[in-house]
Amino acid sequence: MLEYGYLAPAMFAGLVIFLLYGFPVAFSLSALGLFFGVIAIEIGYFDFNFLQAMPYRVFGIMSNDLLLAIPFFTFMGVILEKSGLAEDLLEGVGQAFGAVPGGLAYAVIFVGAILGAITGTVAASVIAMGMISLPVMLRYGYDMKIGTGVIAASGTITQVIPPSLVLIVLADQLGVPVGEMYLGAIGPSVLQVALFTLFIFLVATFQPWKVPALPPEARTLHGWALASKVAWGMIPSLALIFLVLGTMFMGLATPTEAGAMGTVGAMLLAIAHRRFNTPLLWDAMDQTMRISTMVLFILIGATVFSLVFQGVNGTKWIEHLLSAIPGGQIGFLIFVNLFIFFLAFFLDFFEIVFIVVPLLVPVAVGLDINLVWFGLLLCVNMQTAFMHPPFGFALFYLRGIAPPEVKSRDIYLGSIPWIGLQLILVAILIFWPESVTYWIGEEVLLDDAAVQDALDNLVVPDLAPPALDLNLE
Amino acid sequence: MAVPTIPGGHALQALLRIAGYIDRVSWFFACIAAGLVLVSALISAGNALSRYAFDISSNAWLEIQWQMFAGIFLLGAAQVLKLNEHVRVDILYMGRSARAKLWTDVFGLIFFLIPVCLMMVWMGEFFFQDSFEVMEISASAGGLPLWPVKALLPFGFFLLLLQGFAELIKRIAGLQGDARFQTAYEKPLQ
Repeated sequence: MLEYGYLAPAMFAGLVIFLLYGFPVAFSLSALGLFFGVIAIEIGYFDFNFLQAMPYRVFGIMSNDLLLAIPFFTFMGVILEKSGLAEDLLEGVGQAFGAVPGGLAYAVIFVGAILGAITGTVAASVIAMGMISLPVMLRYGYDMKIGTGVIAASGTITQVIPPSLVLIVLADQLGVPVGEMYLGAIGPSVLQVALFTLFIFLVATFQPWKVPALPPEARTLHGWALASKVAWGMIPSLALIFLVLGTMFMGLATPTEAGAMGTVGAMLLAIAHRRFNTPLLWDAMDQTMRISTMVLFILIGATVFSLVFQGVNGTKWIEHLLSAIPGGQIGFLIFVNLFIFFLAFFLDFFEIVFIVVPLLVPVAVGLDINLVWFGLLLCVNMQTAFMHPPFGFALFYLRGIAPPEVKSRDIYLGSIPWIGLQLILVAILIFWPESVTYWIGEEVLLDDAAVQDALDNLVVPDLAPPALDLNLE
Repeated sequence: MAVPTIPGGHALQALLRIAGYIDRVSWFFACIAAGLVLVSALISAGNALSRYAFDISSNAWLEIQWQMFAGIFLLGAAQVLKLNEHVRVDILYMGRSARAKLWTDVFGLIFFLIPVCLMMVWMGEFFFQDSFEVMEISASAGGLPLWPVKALLPFGFFLLLLQGFAELIKRIAGLQGDARFQTAYEKPLQ
């Protein structure tokens, strides 16, 4: 346990305490790094020059083209949320599916997947779908546990379907190309939509009273009117999907630029819907600035933390601990997934990705685990963080917009089966890696040079810190 | 700015007025940061379009993207602090009384945020100086000067430091019984 000195375990314990203290994460993390940095200098782990690497690390974040995708995709999501696209989609698709039991729920899953393929933020999907579908479901007698559950869960699909922000951030932290992450995400996205649909199908078959079909008087659109309503929602969606995913996969745009193109597309759509005005635009810009700043500062804090944590041999210590887990690859993956599932009750995905993932990567590389596969496992797992009662974000948004008749208890209980489905998906991915790797082409096992490269990039974004012998003699 | 009478006397009133000025400074730079969101998105989309439609591409236009990105979060950080939107692990925090939350922040500002900002301003200043002395320019052909964006690093943390003092003043006023300074906190959207 203490082969690497006692400072690393102490720092890890400090991490838990500092975070639980409740001051903003970004500053607690940096303060922890600073605090232990001073102690480590006193003890002699490294000298002051080592900490001088700090501004270089922060500059590495500032000049990271990929992270620029965070404000772009956020901006796009915020504008789309206000553009009326989700409403159009849901009204059309809801009416089209409405005649069968569970129809509205299928429509929510379907629309959730489409919105997911357009944008990368959960909030937009959940809020829009909840505002539109929940009142309709309530009026026609849906079981509210199913209703709220399907909306929250479908809203989180957007996390795993490209162009997900989570995948971009994960790719950055894992040191793999975003394009490969996106290709690897195809299988899990399809599986997820299939699992959700299957669940609703089972409910509709065995307990049809929980998900009744819409009565004829609720289905006002027929024939051409219905078709044009569906088209009015689908055509701009497909155009946006092409603009973002198409240009990226065809190599016309980098992921960052694709985000920017999507933003412009979303603005054009809002203009077409006559909802575009200065207050909307300013609101979206301001909200994007605030969300991006919040996220990037967590990353800065995590960077300060991990610089010092490495300096006190923390990475080696974690590697040593994790390599003691029996069962090789599978044992490690099961352990890590349980650990992250547990963490997701307390931390949001940005915090997990920035703080925890860098600690896991060297071990995963050592065990010869395909990092794209590993990343997608974590991504699907972290989706549950949005649905953990009572703090999950998706539930929180839903609570915010649900009509008063919907009880919080229903929202919380309703999320449980979907968390279960999510865990089933994690298990499928662990035991069937081809579901991820198939789409990437052949099994992409990183060669040593690439691994070294990935590690170098991970550890030192911009400039190498002074070479030091970190062993405590 | 009309400040209602609160316990704490003239010194606190004067400090609160200073905090009010700092708030306005942060707001001003936050507006610039928000503006950069739109401008950088348009430039980035324009870069992709012009590269494929007209086969034109320029390093300067590519570099301005990330320089603006750096501006977004470094100039915006102080305002986000003012709005109390830096995310917290709120599992214990949520259960605390209003006073305990104020104390949490007072302690956190003094021992976490302010030292971190001081360190970053100080180290960032050297980092910027090194670049400024040689008028550093990006290595790529036709690239932009690098020292202005490097100046953002100490500057952003300096704004954050100022806002940290402003928040400290407000929390102390809150502890003195000024009802305007409660610690309304909602988890930020994602």
